[in-house]
Amino acid sequence: MQKQAIFQSKLLPYALVAPQLAIVLIFFYWPALQAVIQSFLLQDAFGLSTSFVWFDNYIELFRDPAYFEAVVRTFFFSFAIAISSLSFALLLAVMADKPLRGSMLYRTLLIWPYAVAPPVVGVLWIFMLHPSLGVISRYLRAAGIDWNPLLDGNQAAGLIILAAAWKQISYNFLFFLAGLQAIPKSVFEAAAIDGARPMRRFWTVTFPLLSPTIFFLLVVNIVYAFFDTFGIIDTMTRGGPGTSTVTLVYKVYSDGLLGGNLGSSAAQSVVLMIMVIVLTGIQFRFVERKVTY
Amino acid sequence: MALRHFGAAAAVALTVGLGASPALAVTEIQWWHAMTGANNDVIVKLANDFNASQTDYKVIPTYKGNYPDTMNAGIAAFRAGNAPHIMQVFEVGTATMMAATGAVKPVYKLMAETGEKFDPKNYLPAITGYYSTSKGEMLSFPFNSSSTVMWVNLDELKKANVEIPKTWPEVFEAGKKLKAAGHDTCGFSGSWVTWVNLEQLSAWHNTPLSSKANGLDGFDTVLEFNGPLQVKHLENLVELQKTKVYDYAGRTNTGEGRFTSGECPIYLTSSAFFGNVKAQAKFNFTAVPMPYYPDVKGAPQNSIIGGASLWVMGGKPADDYKGVAKFLTFLSDTDRQVYIHKASGYLPITKAAYAKAKEEGFYKDQPYLETPLLELTNKEPTENSRGLRLGNMVQLRDVWSEEIEQALAGKKTAKQALDAAVERGNTMLRQFEKTAVK
Repeated sequence: MQKQAIFQSKLLPYALVAPQLAIVLIFFYWPALQAVIQSFLLQDAFGLSTSFVWFDNYIELFRDPAYFEAVVRTFFFSFAIAISSLSFALLLAVMADKPLRGSMLYRTLLIWPYAVAPPVVGVLWIFMLHPSLGVISRYLRAAGIDWNPLLDGNQAAGLIILAAAWKQISYNFLFFLAGLQAIPKSVFEAAAIDGARPMRRFWTVTFPLLSPTIFFLLVVNIVYAFFDTFGIIDTMTRGGPGTSTVTLVYKVYSDGLLGGNLGSSAAQSVVLMIMVIVLTGIQFRFVERKVTY
Repeated sequence: MALRHFGAAAAVALTVGLGASPALAVTEIQWWHAMTGANNDVIVKLANDFNASQTDYKVIPTYKGNYPDTMNAGIAAFRAGNAPHIMQVFEVGTATMMAATGAVKPVYKLMAETGEKFDPKNYLPAITGYYSTSKGEMLSFPFNSSSTVMWVNLDELKKANVEIPKTWPEVFEAGKKLKAAGHDTCGFSGSWVTWVNLEQLSAWHNTPLSSKANGLDGFDTVLEFNGPLQVKHLENLVELQKTKVYDYAGRTNTGEGRFTSGECPIYLTSSAFFGNVKAQAKFNFTAVPMPYYPDVKGAPQNSIIGGASLWVMGGKPADDYKGVAKFLTFLSDTDRQVYIHKASGYLPITKAAYAKAKEEGFYKDQPYLETPLLELTNKEPTENSRGLRLGNMVQLRDVWSEEIEQALAGKKTAKQALDAAVERGNTMLRQFEKTAVK
C-alpha cells in the first residue's frame, strides 16, 4: 500500500499552501480581528484618543430601535433581491438555452451588466428613474403616477431592489446556463418520450438537477445583497427618504466613515459578520438537505 | 553598472531639459483637495504660479475625490503616519478637524512661528469667523467660500406675472402663482435641505441652532432648532409639498438641474451654483438674498458660509512649515484673491480683494455675484450667525434630513420630526464629545 506517493517531504505540502494561508490570514483574519478589537474601543476619527469601553458599543447598538429596523429591512431586501434576480435569471437562462439563431449574441449581451460596478449601476438607474433627472419618471408622471422616490420610502426601496437585482441577474444567468448545459439531453428525451409536457419536464427534471447551482447561487446572492449593495444605496438614495433604505452595511459605512464613529461601526461589522456566518450555517444545515448532487 | 549610470544621467538630462528647478533643496508640499472641473484648473494654476515664484518649495496639488472622500483620505493618511501638509476640508468637517488637537497646526500659530506677515483683520470677518476660535484665532485658512442664495428664473416669473419675492410668505404666494401658470410639478425648491432650511434659516433670523453659540464656544452644545420659527417653516413646506408648490429635491445638490431645466423657477441653493447656471440656463436669471419671515424681529440677520478651508496638518518638519506659510501668504495676495473670485465664483476672503473687485466693476453686469457677500455682511454677526461647529456634522445632516423627509412624506408632523432630529442629533453630539481630545 502506498498512501503518500506524491509528497516525499513533510514540509512541502505546508510550503505549498503557505501563500494561500498567508493571504487568508492577512486579508481576512487580521482585519476581522482588528474589527473585533476596535469594537471594544471608543476612538476619535484621527485615532488620537482611545479608551477601552468593554461592551458599550454593542449595548448602545442594541438599545437603538433604528438598528433593529435596519436588521429587518436588510433581511427583506436580501430575500427580495435574491429571489427576484434568481427567478428572472433562471427564466432567461432557460430561454437562452434553446437552440436559437444568434443565441451567442443574446448570451453575451445578458452577461454584460455584471461588469458594471455597483455605484455605476446606481447612477444608471438614477438617470432613468430620478424624479427630476429621470427619463422614465417623466413618462410615469405623465401617466398620472405620483412617482417620487425622494419622499416615498416604498418606491425608494423598490428602486434599490430593482437596481441591485438587475446587476446580479447576469452572474446568476451565467451559472444557470452552464448548469443547464451540463444536464444530459438524454434525460429530457426520456421524459419527453414518457409524455411529460415542457412545464412538467422543467419542474421534475431540470429544476432538481439544477438544485446544486440554485443553492450555490442562493448563498452567493444573499451575501451579495448583504454586503455589495451599499454602493447602489449610496449613489441612489443615501439611505433616504427617512431611513427607508438604510441597510446594515450602509449603516456601517455612514456611522464609521461619515460619522467617524469607528467603535460603533466596528461593533456593527462584528454583528454583521456573525449574522452572515449563522445565515450561511443555516443554509448549509437545512437548505442543503433539499439539494441533490 | 553602466546602465545605472546611464539612467541617472538620463534623469539629470531630463530634469535639466524640462527646465525644472534643481532637484536638491526643494521641499515638497502636498496639498490634497476636492475640486473638479474649472475649480481644479484654478488650483493647478495657483500651485504652478507659486512654484514658479520661488525655488525653495514645490506645492503638489492632488485631487482626492469629493469633500467627504478627501477628508477621509486625509484622516486615514494621518493614522498611517503620512498626512499631507495641506488638506482642503469642507465647512461641516470644521468641528472634527478642530477637535483633533495635535493632528492639525492652527494657522495663526503657523504664521507666528514662521514669522510670516499675517493680520487676521485683513480678512472678511463673516468668513474667517467660521474658522476661528471665540478669541479670534484663525485655525484654518479659508479657501473657497459660498453662501445660500435664491436663484430666480426671470423669464418664467415675468410670464406668470410674479415679482421677485423677498419674504417667505411672498415666496409661497409666488410658488402658487407659478404652479397655476403651468409649473405644476414645482413652484419652488432647493438643495441641501438642512443647510438651507435649518442652518441658514436660523442664522438669517438670528435664532440659535444649538446652544454655546452654535457650538463655537464648546463641544458641550445642545441642539435647539425645534423652536417655533423652524417648526413653522417646516410646517409651511409640508403643507406646500402636498400640492407640489414646493417640491423636495433631495439631500444634496442633485436636484439643481430642476432650476437650469426651467422646471423650478425659484430655487434656493449655494451661490457656487453660478458656474452651472451660467453654462446651462437658457433664460434670464438672477440670484437674490434668501427670503425671511417679516414677523421675526431683526430679520434678516446675516447668512453663514459654506465651502471649504485649508487645514495645515501637524507633525511636519519646521522647514516644511515655512513653505506652507509662504504659500498661504501667496494665496492672500489681493490680485490673486480677485483672480480666484472671478475664476471660480467663490467669495474673496480679504477685504482688499472685495474692494478691488468692486472697484473694477466686476458686479456691475452681474450684480447677483455680490449677493452672497451682501448677505454675509448684512449685519454684524451675532452668537447665532457667526457659524456652526458641530461634531459629526456630515452624519448629523443625514439624520436631520431623514426626519425632514418623514415630515414632508406626511409620516410625522413638523414638530415631531424636528424634536426627533434634535434628540437623535444630541445623542451623536454627546458621542462626539466623548471622543474629542480634551
